[in-house]
Formats: sequence, C-alpha cells, structure tokens
Amino acid sequence: MVDQETPLLEIRDLSVNFRVYGGVLRVLDRINFHVLQGERVGLVGETGCGKTTTMKTILQVLPTPPAEVPQGEIWFQGQDVMTMSQRELVNMRGQGISMIFQDPTAALNPVFTVGQQLTAVIRYASPENRNLNNAQLRERALEALRQVALADPERLLDSYPIQLSGGMRQRVCIGMALSTRPGLLIADEPGTALDVTIQDQVLRLLQDLVEQQGNSFILITHTLGIVRQMTDRVYVMYAGNMVEVAPTQRLFTNPLHPYTQGLMDAVPRLTGGGISEGIPGRIPDYMNPPAGCRFSGRCPHAMPVCNREKPPVFQVQGPADESHAVACFLYDEPHKVSNYKAELQPV
Amino acid sequence: MNFLNVEELQRLFLFLLRRIFQSIFVLFGLSILIFLLSRVLPGDPARMALGARAPQETIQRLRDEMHLDEPLLQQYQIWFTNALGGDLGDSLRTRRPVVDDIVEFLPASMELVLLAGVISAIGGITLGTLSARHKDSWIDNLVRVISYMGVVTPAFVVAIIFLTFFTTAEFGLDLFPPIGRLSSGFEPPPRVTGLYTVDSLLAGQFDTFVNALHHLILPSLALALGSLSQEARITRSTMSDNLTRDYIAAERALGIPERTVTGKFLLKPSLIPTVSIFGLDFAANLSNAFLVEVIFNWPGISRYATTAMLYKDLNAIAAVILILGVTFIVVNILVDLVVGILDPRIRLRGARSD
Repeated sequence: MVDQETPLLEIRDLSVNFRVYGGVLRVLDRINFHVLQGERVGLVGETGCGKTTTMKTILQVLPTPPAEVPQGEIWFQGQDVMTMSQRELVNMRGQGISMIFQDPTAALNPVFTVGQQLTAVIRYASPENRNLNNAQLRERALEALRQVALADPERLLDSYPIQLSGGMRQRVCIGMALSTRPGLLIADEPGTALDVTIQDQVLRLLQDLVEQQGNSFILITHTLGIVRQMTDRVYVMYAGNMVEVAPTQRLFTNPLHPYTQGLMDAVPRLTGGGISEGIPGRIPDYMNPPAGCRFSGRCPHAMPVCNREKPPVFQVQGPADESHAVACFLYDEPHKVSNYKAELQPV
Repeated sequence: MNFLNVEELQRLFLFLLRRIFQSIFVLFGLSILIFLLSRVLPGDPARMALGARAPQETIQRLRDEMHLDEPLLQQYQIWFTNALGGDLGDSLRTRRPVVDDIVEFLPASMELVLLAGVISAIGGITLGTLSARHKDSWIDNLVRVISYMGVVTPAFVVAIIFLTFFTTAEFGLDLFPPIGRLSSGFEPPPRVTGLYTVDSLLAGQFDTFVNALHHLILPSLALALGSLSQEARITRSTMSDNLTRDYIAAERALGIPERTVTGKFLLKPSLIPTVSIFGLDFAANLSNAFLVEVIFNWPGISRYATTAMLYKDLNAIAAVILILGVTFIVVNILVDLVVGILDPRIRLRGARSD
C-alpha cells in the first residue's frame, strides 16, 4: 500500500524562528522530513520540541509575525508550498492536507454551532462542494458525524461546542478533518486533552478510519505505545532537531540516539524496574541554543565534539536494509566507541 | 438567522422579563438619589425662579405650591406619586410641564446620539479590524495613533476644532452649516418621531432630509470620535488576540478561505467586548453631548439640562437625570441581548443558572 518512490510531502532543511521581545527563538533548526503516499508516519518528542510548529508550518497557519521561515522548502504533491498563492494554499488545505488539533476545546470556535463550522469546512473542501445547497451540505455534515460514531448527529449539528463533552468535541474535530476527504491527515496528539478511557476510544476510531480510507497519516504524540500501534515509520524530534528516523519496529527494538533511548527508558514497564528517572535536565534555551548538538547538555555519552559541532545525519543500515538515520556523533566512525553498540541490544 | 430556535426565543423572552423587573428597583433607587440630590443643593429654587426682587409672599406661595416646606419624605412621596402618573412637575424656567419640554428636546439629542452611535460602531469596528489584520504595519500604527488621540480628546474640543475648520472659509472649508438643526427657510417636517431626518423621509420631503442630515453630521461626528476610538482599540485588541487562537488556525488548516475566516469566524467572537463597550459609550454620549450641543447651538435635552442646573430648576433636573438613567438601563438590556445572541456561552450559562 505504501508507495516507496513518491514522497507525498517533503520538508527540506526547514528552519522556523519566532521573533519575540528580547530576541529570536530558533524553534526549528534545519529539519528534514517526508511522508510517502499511503504511509503512516509518527513524530515523537517532548512537549515544546517543535512538533506542532512543524505541522502548522506545512499548512502555513503559523501567525507571522512572530513566526518567520528563514530557510527551507516544503513540497506537497510536487508543488512548492512556500511559494503557493493564497488560492493554491486554500486548495491544498482541507482536501490535500487536513489536521486534527491537539486540544479540541481550543480548536472549535466557541460561538458557532458544530453544524455551522462543519458545513463551512465541507463547502470549501472542493470546487464541486461549493455548488452544494444547504440541505446537501447538512447531509454531508451528518454523514461526517455518523462516521465518527457520534449519536444523535441531528441534534449535535445545532449544538455549540460548550454543550459537548471533551470526547465528543474530539470526535467532532476528527469528523471535521476527515470530512474534506484529505490525502494526508495530520493528527496532533489526538486525545492528549482527554481522559485515558476516552483517549483510547478516540485513537481506536482514528486508527480504523485511517485504515478504511487509506489516507497518508502523520501522528504526533509523546505516547510511544500509540506510535508503535499506529505507524510505519517514526521520526524522533528533540528541541527543534530531527534526531532519529527509523521504521517503527526497528526504532523500538534498536533505538540509536541517546535521546530516543532515554525516551524508551522513561516508559514504565509492567515487568518491573519501576518508574525510571526520566532524562535529567531540560530542553535548551531556544534563544541561545548550544552551538553543537542540542541534546549534548543532557546526554550521558556526550563527547567534546558534541559541544562544538552540530552532528550530521548518519545512515545506519539495519538488518532488513531498512533506512535508519540518526544525528549523533556516536555513529561516526572516528568517534565510535567499540563496544557501544553492544549496549544497544533490545531489552 | 438559524441559530435561534423556539426554545431559545423563549429563554430570551424570560431573560428580558427578568431584566425589566430588575430595572424597576434600579430606577426606584435612582429616583430617591436624584430627588435628594436636587433638594439638598444650597439655594432656594423659588427665589431663583422668581428673581431677587420678588416679594416674600409670592415666593412663599411658590414654595407652598412646590411643597418645599413639607418634610423631605412627604415631598418625595408627592413627587413619586405624580411621576408614576406621568407628571414630572412644571419647569420653573419654561413655566410648562417638564414632560412637554422633554418631548420637545429629547428627539434632537436622540438623533445626534443615534447617528454618533452608528458612526462609532461602523467606524470603530472597521478601523479595529483593519488594524488587527495588518498588525504592526503602518496601517495599524496610524489607527493606533489616531485612536489614542480620539480617546484623550474630549468631545467639546473636537467640536470646537470642527466648528473652526469645517464651517467657515476663513480658516478652513465651508463644508457644513455651523449651528442648528435646519437652515433658515426650511420648515421642520410634520412631527412623528421628532427626529428630523426620519420625519422628513416619512413625509417624503427629501430636501429637508438632506438639509437635516447636513446639519447633523458635524456635531455627531464630534460626539462619536471618542467612542469610535474606544471601539477601534477594543476591536483591535480582541481580534488580534483571537487571531492567535487554535480555532482560527484550525479553520484555516481545514481549507476555509481567508475572507470567510476573518469576516465570519473571527469577527463574531471578536465583537462581543466591543458591543459591551459600545452600549456604555452610547448611553454616556447622551450626557457627553452637553457641551457639543451648546457649541453647535443644538436644541437638545443636554442643553436644556445645563440651563436647568444653572437655574436650579428642580423638576427639570430630576426629569433629565431620570431620562439618562432609563436610557442607560434600556441600552444595557439591549447590549446584554445582543451579547447573548453573539455568545452562546453566556446564553447557555444563563439558562443553566435559572
């Protein structure tokens, strides 16, 4: 199902800065990222590492100012997103790429009914849809709500977001994002704002729908278990850098970057060992990021070179010849610690 | 509009009833306050009305007529009973029922305040939207400077500036008539509402309408400038705040065109604070009109009130303050209604607490 040749979406060397009072925050630092046709890609990393910013930049919905893009390219279906006209952008959004936002309460307009918002999304989803009359739009909206297993959709259409529960709001958001029949669906930590049982339902629903419709899919999350279940390939992001990318199974069995290893260790296991200490330290200051690797300050294996230079990306060949890349000097021949790899065997 | 169904209309009606019921108490309190204030002021109203050389017995007769020598409580009781029957007493200066005076002068002020309201609402929201859409650009900076100036400049100063530069060729342009509601040679249109512009249209006298509007523009613009600036500032700040909300990013991300996002999904939530401020400004403009009316020689209620205060014309003062109070209450009820219609959160919360 995954087309290995054509990237649907490709990001090259993208940087994003936020110009704020007192300086410039270098939030994204030359990141590379791609999604193949039909592929399900995960993006993991701590809160505040730039996952959402990356997605908002793809859709060009970051408020500018304060945000600015000093360098980089974004290609979607062979088109350069950065040079798109307003019209082309509107065409790409919705039908080409659509997005489920992290917090459904913030992502729904509080003063319009679900129906008003949903029909607006459907109306502008494609040129044909603009000719739909109100009754047809309403029918399509009902369909979108039924699809996400919401009971009594007729009533829901006339409800305001405040009248719905968190889980219902997230379902509405998912229904809205899918109502445009997008080629690529981005889900930004769906369910993080919900309690665990509801979160599980919502994710299961999302997984089913993506499977059913065959959308390409980007899942942003910091819950590793979800990534393992729902994606083919995973990117690991740290403080505005892409630090590692690998096929999902491989990443979980053989994480290479010290940060990825730390992330995996931070997951509590049923088999004992208790809750880990987590990764000591915190995300560096975006205003004055370290000159070298941004993780060097927290890295248990940091070497002198890590503080001086930004690590390039090293391709590591996996057993099945799957592409596994990591931005860490530990995998550069001259620095390689002879028995380091031995420590990296799956737990 | 499809967002108000029968159930919500019912709720709106109940809300209205409740607010009107509450206002009765507010008005009752206000009546006590204005009654006391006008009585405790120093000076003998009868003496002032009749002049320094009036004989003592004439003055005593007027004092008896006005029950000025009765205890305060009894005076209030008399005034209140009469007021309930629609009789607010006679004016000491114009020597006729205060109600007649108000019916004559209020429409002129209302016309002024209404047009000022329209100007400040349309102008303020437009400027605020422009400013927010082009945040930190030269448009935004220009609007901000102008609205700061508008907020700090009192209406009467603006009125004097307008009068100087836009009514005579001597200093500026002879664009507008300097005083009054109609040029000489024009008859007031047959009275229906008392608003010359409306009445002239009703009577089909188009020339009179143009002339009345021509007279109206300058004073109402002078009056509107302060509230216009205030609304522009509020709209700008709410809107630029809302622009960074996730729901705006989400609506854009889902392919809704910019025009619809700004003109519909951003505008509606951003108008809510503006409407509340607008209501306060609108009612306040009725009293801000005092000096504007004097400067433009506008025969309105504010000018009437100014003279009433100088002459200690008790009944007139009480009546005018009562009118201002009623206007405040009515406008605030309207504002609450509009805000309720704009914001379901308030509407639904209100219903829940019932």
